Amino acid sequence: MIPAAFDYEAPNTIDEAVRALAEADDEVKILAGGQSLLPVLRMRLAAPAKLIDLGRIGELQGVRTDGDMLVIGAMTSHYDVQRDPLLNEHAKLLVMATDTVADPQVRHRGTFGGSLAHADPAGDLLAPALALDVEMVIAGPRGRRTVPAAEFFVDYFTTAVGEDELLCEIRVPKYTGWHAHYEKFNRVAQAWSIVGVAAAVRPDGHMIAEARVGLTNMASVPVRARGVEQALVGQEATPEAIRAAAEHALDGTSPTADGNADVAYREHLAKVLTSRAVSAAATS
Amino acid sequence: MRITVTVDGTRYTDDVEPRTLLVQYLREQLGKVGTVVGCDTSNCGACTVHLDGHSVKSCSVLAVQADGSEITTVEGLTRDGRMHPVQEAFHDNHALQCGFCTPGMIMQSVDLLAEDADPDEQTVREGLEGNLCRCTGYQNIVRAVQDAAHRMRPGAGPEAERVADEPAMSEQSRAEVRQS
Amino acid sequence: MTATADSHAGGEVGQARLRKEDARLIAGRTRWTDNMSLPGMMHMAILRSPLAHARINRIDASEARSMSGVEAVVTGADVADDQGSLPCAWPITEDMKSPNAPSLAVDEVNFAGEAVAVVVARSAAEAHDALEAIDVDYEDLPVVLDMSSAMTEGSDLVHPDLGTNASATWVFDSAEAGTGGSADEALAGAEVTIHRTFRQQRLIPAFMEPRSILVDPTGEQTTMWSATQVPHILRLMLAMTTGVDEHKIRVIAPDVGGGFGGKLQVTPEEVITFLVARKLGKPVKYTESRSESFTSAHHGRDQIQKLSLAADRNGTVTGLKVELLADMGAYLRLVTPGVPILGAFMFNAIYKIPAYHFSCTNVFTNKVPTDAYRGAGRPEATFAIERMMDELAAELGMDPLEVRERNWIKHDEFPYTTVSTLTYDSGNYEAATARARELFGYDALRAEQAERRRRGDTVQLGIGVSTFTEMCGLAPSRVLGALSYGAGGWEHGAVRMLPTGKVEVITGSSPHGQGHETAWSQIVADRLGVGFDDVEVLHGDTQSSHKGLDTYGSRSLTVGAMAVVQAADKVIAKARKIAAHMMECAEGDVEFSGGRFTVRGTDTSTSIQEIALAVFAAHDLPDGVEPSLDSEATFDPENFSFPHGTHLCATEVDTETGRVRLRSYVAVDDVGNVVNPMIVEGQVQGGLAQGIAQALFEEAVYDETGTLTSGTLADYLVPSAADLPSFTTDRTETPSTTNALGVKGVGEAGTIASTPAVVNSVVDAVRHMGVRDIEMPCTPMRVWRAIHGGAQ
Repeated sequence: MIPAAFDYEAPNTIDEAVRALAEADDEVKILAGGQSLLPVLRMRLAAPAKLIDLGRIGELQGVRTDGDMLVIGAMTSHYDVQRDPLLNEHAKLLVMATDTVADPQVRHRGTFGGSLAHADPAGDLLAPALALDVEMVIAGPRGRRTVPAAEFFVDYFTTAVGEDELLCEIRVPKYTGWHAHYEKFNRVAQAWSIVGVAAAVRPDGHMIAEARVGLTNMASVPVRARGVEQALVGQEATPEAIRAAAEHALDGTSPTADGNADVAYREHLAKVLTSRAVSAAATS
Repeated sequence: MRITVTVDGTRYTDDVEPRTLLVQYLREQLGKVGTVVGCDTSNCGACTVHLDGHSVKSCSVLAVQADGSEITTVEGLTRDGRMHPVQEAFHDNHALQCGFCTPGMIMQSVDLLAEDADPDEQTVREGLEGNLCRCTGYQNIVRAVQDAAHRMRPGAGPEAERVADEPAMSEQSRAEVRQS
Repeated sequence: MTATADSHAGGEVGQARLRKEDARLIAGRTRWTDNMSLPGMMHMAILRSPLAHARINRIDASEARSMSGVEAVVTGADVADDQGSLPCAWPITEDMKSPNAPSLAVDEVNFAGEAVAVVVARSAAEAHDALEAIDVDYEDLPVVLDMSSAMTEGSDLVHPDLGTNASATWVFDSAEAGTGGSADEALAGAEVTIHRTFRQQRLIPAFMEPRSILVDPTGEQTTMWSATQVPHILRLMLAMTTGVDEHKIRVIAPDVGGGFGGKLQVTPEEVITFLVARKLGKPVKYTESRSESFTSAHHGRDQIQKLSLAADRNGTVTGLKVELLADMGAYLRLVTPGVPILGAFMFNAIYKIPAYHFSCTNVFTNKVPTDAYRGAGRPEATFAIERMMDELAAELGMDPLEVRERNWIKHDEFPYTTVSTLTYDSGNYEAATARARELFGYDALRAEQAERRRRGDTVQLGIGVSTFTEMCGLAPSRVLGALSYGAGGWEHGAVRMLPTGKVEVITGSSPHGQGHETAWSQIVADRLGVGFDDVEVLHGDTQSSHKGLDTYGSRSLTVGAMAVVQAADKVIAKARKIAAHMMECAEGDVEFSGGRFTVRGTDTSTSIQEIALAVFAAHDLPDGVEPSLDSEATFDPENFSFPHGTHLCATEVDTETGRVRLRSYVAVDDVGNVVNPMIVEGQVQGGLAQGIAQALFEEAVYDETGTLTSGTLADYLVPSAADLPSFTTDRTETPSTTNALGVKGVGEAGTIASTPAVVNSVVDAVRHMGVRDIEMPCTPMRVWRAIHGGAQ
């Protein structure tokens, strides 16, 4: 099918994009990689009057270091994230989660920032971003502001990005030497996650010195499993200790039912997959 | 809007509506009907083409987004009457039945082999996860891709599709391109 | 004497010839219907009902009609007098209830997705834009979705004018038919009885090429290109449905991207496009989107199967009773009512069952109509009986292969007439099973399974068995007549020798991926002694292939190729007469081999190509011989063919998450003689993927309002390469005795056999945890619930 007609603008700078947003009426949609938006438009589930395409803005591309932080341009493709040496060294969890997103063609077009701003609770990058305490840099008519991941995800498909704003950078603390794993559970390779668990641990000998755990699709927003993290710290990475910690996985979750999983099954999966994700991270 | 693209080695400048999908532009305006549409949710991959050297689903790219780009479709793989090694391998391994998924499957396979010149079975299967086939059960497709890998000389991936007479890239510079 | 099956001197048959079809398809030089464009062509888009059951009070299309580029808006009322009722060719009983089936709804919609109005515009985009401007005033009617409750007293009705939701009930009883005893008596007196209810979920054929139709009304004939499996049936039915003269219609099936039964249909979209193009006098094209396809093209399966099996303690089956409910959806399409009836003959499968009772009630619901999907009735039957054999084995503590062997027809007992009246001509279940066991490593896997159970591993191993047969080669016309089907089961073929010695073969079978062009070329090359590349196979156009019954039911080779063989033999017979005349000898002294006619005992000979040229010149032909070297034949099989096989499947079941992983799959099939082993293997592999998909992944799901929630490829889970393993396939060859080629058909075998093999394997993996059955598809949640929730 064919989308309903819309106007199109492709600014070359962030400032131009912000101006274009300010000038547009409220039926504007931002086009990042388009891998979620274009199917929606084709099915005519949405019919914005205008698309503002961020694809021509060079300053939104790429990954760089800024002191202790890594900075990911919002329009950096999944493909580039997967292969970025900085991310592979300092934020492996993001790379591992990105490996599971959709398929190779979609990863060529889809973008890191686009996935976060789309805020689909079944999206695989939200929980890792939350677990790693990334910060979102949002540009708007009043300049730039930084929002921590914990405040960024508001509800289903809703973030802290205002209607006249755009997500331009994601700042990631370096997790150098941490071990990570993203455990995705879905029914076929292309399908969205039923539940996903993002885990990163900092080992200290046989002990777990620090842990970060986030859950995908266990609420309307990604969930930080702080109870699990706390239970892991200072523990030896034995299967028993990890299983015991994973019992806390449901803290703060509010899962819903769908055709693939009812609430009880989703809750069960969250615990099992948390245990598996942490084990895999700890033994990697 | 006016766009300029190079498709299978030919340059085109055209006016398109912003809502025109790349695949529609290819099929309806350029007559490149070798690339087909199989779904509306970007799951089937039948519409896969290469956009600036990478596989994309041309149903999920607007023609205006491709302005200034170089596009290769299945129709551009055959050079001087000679089929691409992946095409040959699809024929020799009976990797198609009805053939509707084949253009996308071949284009994704070429991309996959550019990423990994000697993939094992699991790598091939995962590399084709965005392309659905209803006829073959995939077994012969996987076989064909691995067979093509053995046939292909260095540089037979998307980079080799550049129509301009650029010198073939060395293995080292290819590796650098991938790292960048 | 004429050439026979044993005179294939050329040796093409049996070779893994690479396909002629491929060159275009791999280069993108294709002729899909949607690729075509004609001068002045308009585009059509269809407005579909969002509601499952509603009265249409009013349609306001005035705004749409005034929009840019819009040529016409057509509603049901506009075509009410012309559109007739979509055909159902299979009235299974004399009192079958069948509702009127308009192509465009007139005053009522009966499923979500039913066509309500169409827009014809200059571009597809403009047509879709205008759809959104059409205002339909619907009045909700009660929705009937569940088959079982649809059959209860006082249920709401899909078609109140019919007075019931039951379309028909069809019964077979071996005691009444005189083919066996009473199943009820067998059950009453049995040492062991097994009772199970299985659900065949609703499936979507999901051919890769969406349906597309182009109608050109500007010629003397109205020409329709359609992505159909059945161009010949379509032409006939268009004439009968719309009243347009048959000889004024030409139907072409160009390249067709898969069907699997899903394009075995005369569709509302075809009738509408036909009527609208003729009304406007302009070419009109319609191409569906995938999501439209899912909510309007027919679905498959959807049965509730209640089985009772009687046996003695040795594992010998003494009786079988089958009671089905089959969901028709909202209307009876081309062969909708007959699909479950095809299964009636297959529940007894490869087994000597002495007493059998079958009944099926066809039920209307407010859903997309069901109809043929790969296997059509036979996968359902095979699934149920193969599940029951495993359950019997478990009940008796026997090995499932041993139980099967105890009951199957031994290879020296063929031909064997079954309790359901079919006569199986040949088979060797022992050989196929022995080979499968060996390839699978059956005993080693059983040992590993026992070890894992003993250790209490998180991941348990299951072994699933499916020993199946199917009736192929649809079909002997007299059998179809006895089943009240509206047509015969013959097929047509023609062979034309051209003056240069090249050959045109015309087949009434209509391929869409099967490789007819290659296989028919191999057969004809051998038959006539000409080169493989000297044969061109023409099909799928009612102008060149004027007669045919098309492609479905694994019939192409067993019926369609047999017609071509008979036509080729007629050509040879005629050429022999001319050869004798040319070589001045008696016809009886002429031998034919390898394309040459030789005077017996001499070195005097002439080639079939020389004869073709001589016939063209026609200067010196025998008296009474027409100057043509072409012939046609129509083959009506005397019996079905009965491919069979043994499939073994190993799955690993994660008991913590319920996830199933296919570990290994062995399929040993016996499809009789093989024309092209490469194509046969490809058919089996593809069939396996579809059968496995039913077992594990696919399900068409409706919500309580009658909305299809699995309405896109994002929700209806067709497996990708990453979701399937490689299969081990092999063959035994027991030639069919019902056709001269000795072939049996292979299109549906993999699909039929694999679904029970997989589900048996999954159940076997967790049977020791108290599981007796898992509903399809065996999703992780269902498997987990079966283990931990005490379900079933």
